[in-house]
Amino acid sequence: MNIPSDLKYTRSHEWIRLESDGTITVGITEHAQELLGDLVFIELPELGKELAAGQEAAVVESVKAAADVYAPVAGTVVEVNSALVDAPEGVNQDAYAAWLFILAPAAAAEVDALLDAAAYQQVVDAVQ
Amino acid sequence: MEKTPLNQDHRAGGARMVDFGGWEMPLHYGSQIEEHHAVRRDAGMFDVSHMCAVDVAGRDARAFLGRLLANNVDRLTVPGKALYSTMLNPDGGVIDDLIVYFIDDERFRVVVNAGTAAKDLAWMNARLAEWALAVDLTPRRQGAGALAMIAVQGPQARQQVWRVLPEARAASEALKPFFAADAGDLFIARTGYTGEDGYEITLPAERASALWQALAAAGVHRCGLGARDTLRLEAGMNLYGQDMDEGVSPLDAGLAWTVDLLSPRDFVGKAALLERGQGQQFLGLVLLERGVLRAHQEVIGEHGRGEITSGSFAPTMQQSIALARLPLPTVVGETVSVRVREKLLAARVVKPAFVRHGRVLV
Repeated sequence: MNIPSDLKYTRSHEWIRLESDGTITVGITEHAQELLGDLVFIELPELGKELAAGQEAAVVESVKAAADVYAPVAGTVVEVNSALVDAPEGVNQDAYAAWLFILAPAAAAEVDALLDAAAYQQVVDAVQ
Repeated sequence: MEKTPLNQDHRAGGARMVDFGGWEMPLHYGSQIEEHHAVRRDAGMFDVSHMCAVDVAGRDARAFLGRLLANNVDRLTVPGKALYSTMLNPDGGVIDDLIVYFIDDERFRVVVNAGTAAKDLAWMNARLAEWALAVDLTPRRQGAGALAMIAVQGPQARQQVWRVLPEARAASEALKPFFAADAGDLFIARTGYTGEDGYEITLPAERASALWQALAAAGVHRCGLGARDTLRLEAGMNLYGQDMDEGVSPLDAGLAWTVDLLSPRDFVGKAALLERGQGQQFLGLVLLERGVLRAHQEVIGEHGRGEITSGSFAPTMQQSIALARLPLPTVVGETVSVRVREKLLAARVVKPAFVRHGRVLV
């Protein structure tokens, strides 16, 4: 299972990359896409939307199921990956390249508190 | 969990295994969409050994099935002919849907769903005792004499079967759709659950792995239950437990064509069907917007409300489709709304099937 060590994670299987400008890029993990199977539909949040930590931000749907993607921390949506709307299979091909949205976090400290790769590995191991 | 004779082959083939009605079955071998396309464009195979073949033998076999089933087994006069039917409870609800094969006047074979086989057999045995008929019921899924079933489906399916089983070509080539024949210890039926041509091959459990591997070596794609579900949905075929169950009349599940209400023959559930009549229409939906239709979503139209019973993304059509129970006045061509999460999405009412023999029909 590919869990890059330079990313942060959540228990609900989002990955988070802290960018140099303080924003965070969010996607779903390789483990999450594997559980879902072939993705066929992605609904992204509206630009400018303010999200609370843990609030539903996006929806990813595979042939077999729909899953919510949650805001890992509180923040404002500053960019969305619209290219995925027409090519949701990009998430299956490379879950860590196919980001969903970028948040400007309300508080930087919240990002530090997210899971690191080792802690996320334990989350994955626990459910298998 | 129960395992089919092909369990090791699925694992060796890299399948993601899931619990399906108490059976450990392959969901997919990597991409369910690629498996779907393989069946529409080439040839794919499915392990359907979790379904249960039940041999119905004896002097009263025809009389027994005549009282048990909603479709009329008297339509079976040519050996090898198959008939799709429901088996109803006295209230007219569907206990199961099944295929019955006619072998001779004292021998039939009924193939029932995996998760319902135990209750089906209990029901059949109870009716047998009640009606005091001379019939032996022999389930062939486990133990001595166990059978496996492999469905090979797609435009190239029959050619591929003949390549791998040249000895079966003579017996199977002339088969018309919905007929079956013996070929040695194989039982080959020109039936399926995908909307494509092909065979369902029933064979001794101990021979299943060799056939599976030979078909794979010939280039037949391994397919899991995920692709099987999207293929049958595109083909407009019902799935038991989803599109109908014991609380649903076959007349409300698009299965009126399988219910014989015209002949004087009596069968379990007939009186209830005649008394209640049809309450809803079973039709297809094509989503006109982006999104995915799913079972249990609410449908709102000018004639009232309905419910989706099966919905998914249709890989052949590259859009979402569904089967739904809708108010009786609903007509094909109408636009309805479907509640998907907090939104109302527009969908067009169509007559299933959506796809047959690789071609989109709606």
